[in-house]
Amino acid sequence: MEETTGACRLRTIGYKLWYGDFCALHETTLDIPSNRITAIIGPSGCGKSTFIRTFNRMNELIPGVRVAGEVLLDGQDIFRLDVVELRRLVGMVFQKPNPFPKTIFDNVAYGPRAHGLRDRNRLAEIVEKSLRSAALWDEVKDDLSKSGLALSGGQQQRLCIARTLAVEPEVILMDEPASALDPIATLKIEELLQTLKKDYTIVIVTHNMQQAARVSDFTAFFMTDENRSGHLIEYGPTSRVFTNPREKTTEDYISGRFS
Amino acid sequence: MRTRFIVDKSVGYFLMLMALTSILAVFLIGFFTLREGLPAISEIGLGRLLTGSVWRPGLEEFGLVPMIAGSVLVTIGAAILGVPLAIGCAVFLAEIAPRWMSNIVRPAVELLAGIPSVVYGLFGMVVLVPLARKVPVAGNSGFGLLAASAVLAVMILPTITNISEYAIRLVPREYREGSLALGTTRWQTITRVILPSARSGIVAAIILGIGRALGETIAMIMVIGNSVIIPRPLNANPLTIFLSQARTLTGNIAVEINYATGIHESALFATGVILFVLIMLINSSARAIMRERTR
Repeated sequence: MEETTGACRLRTIGYKLWYGDFCALHETTLDIPSNRITAIIGPSGCGKSTFIRTFNRMNELIPGVRVAGEVLLDGQDIFRLDVVELRRLVGMVFQKPNPFPKTIFDNVAYGPRAHGLRDRNRLAEIVEKSLRSAALWDEVKDDLSKSGLALSGGQQQRLCIARTLAVEPEVILMDEPASALDPIATLKIEELLQTLKKDYTIVIVTHNMQQAARVSDFTAFFMTDENRSGHLIEYGPTSRVFTNPREKTTEDYISGRFS
Repeated sequence: MRTRFIVDKSVGYFLMLMALTSILAVFLIGFFTLREGLPAISEIGLGRLLTGSVWRPGLEEFGLVPMIAGSVLVTIGAAILGVPLAIGCAVFLAEIAPRWMSNIVRPAVELLAGIPSVVYGLFGMVVLVPLARKVPVAGNSGFGLLAASAVLAVMILPTITNISEYAIRLVPREYREGSLALGTTRWQTITRVILPSARSGIVAAIILGIGRALGETIAMIMVIGNSVIIPRPLNANPLTIFLSQARTLTGNIAVEINYATGIHESALFATGVILFVLIMLINSSARAIMRERTR
């Protein structure tokens, strides 16, 4: 695609998805550049969550899902990769903060431990580093044995980000990560995204167009209508998509002429 | 309008009366068992009943220790055999089996709860007792704790499986997704996130299963041998204790009540009171644990 600069990390080619007989996502072809934030926007039911859940194959947890087309991570077909390894490389932060009912330390150490790390000192290092990267360390460093569920919503979401960082992924998928948070917590997450993109490729689904405009480098706009369920309308640099959209539908959506 | 109001009210009262009847039943059972057991409790004393190690009604010796040991050991045996089976079954139903398969397995497990316990006893006598007899240890009759524990394990399976499966299904989907998204296997997700999150429900399920095991009577009488002895290992290997015969608290009542009179009869009622209190304690602790979870 002409607008993406730098190395492309994720690429979909003619990717389609069905829930049973229902085609939830029509042919989608796009490149997601590395070390950039790519926002996926569009109305409810346009397939944006389905699309983002493609990259770590979370859709496979739903019975009756079929896919077609290609999805590549660093040039490799993700459907040929071991799904457990793929999910280590492609982390995910969910809409609702979902820390485990464990301590803060155990939440962050969960992934590395599951991958076989036993060394206490090494684990402690990883936990500290991950919490620092998620901008949570200063708030919790004195009380790592507190339950993750005792934190505020915004802190819980940053804990989930730290938990994801702890397994050292290449890509972080975020499915409306701030939609359950208040504006201040949202702002913190948005600031965090800017520092994280130095090391990670980030794909973020958001309902909030101001947020997409503020944080992302590239924007993909998905739409659904009577004739076609989820499909890609337009994709390009965020500044261009927001100021000079090529499609009338995009312009209408961005200026609020649809719900 | 007015008649409708009256009908509504009276239906309400009628239903309340029905609910009160079941409470009354519990109360009456408790009251009469206690009344019949009181002479033994006052004459022999609760302490001697609970700590006496000889039960010889003809000689006025009423020590319940052999039966307490029998009940406790058979319940432990049933838990050792039944709990892993039941939890494995619950995990399979809740996490692994596709819907069509759990729709076959679940009713089958529930059917186990509907089989009359005397039928379990028959099965134990013709299948499990001969099997247990094959263990080559001197003095092993086949009848005893091992066969009884195996029967009991199957009998408590549906209780533990049902409640555990329910507890596992209550674990938020977000935990499961959060764990899998970190690149863990399904097995790791089950053992490290799902089972710990469902722990209190599973513990409650086990306790309820134990309550059921303690109360079981007829199937125990049929396979446990009913000797009034404190079970001991048959040889140097301590595990052979499970090949020993035994008698349960419930079995003791059922076997002797037909011919017992006087203080002997009252002592059996006192045994009933002890069982009643024990099972009430067990059930309420299970309830307390479950309530803690939902909070």
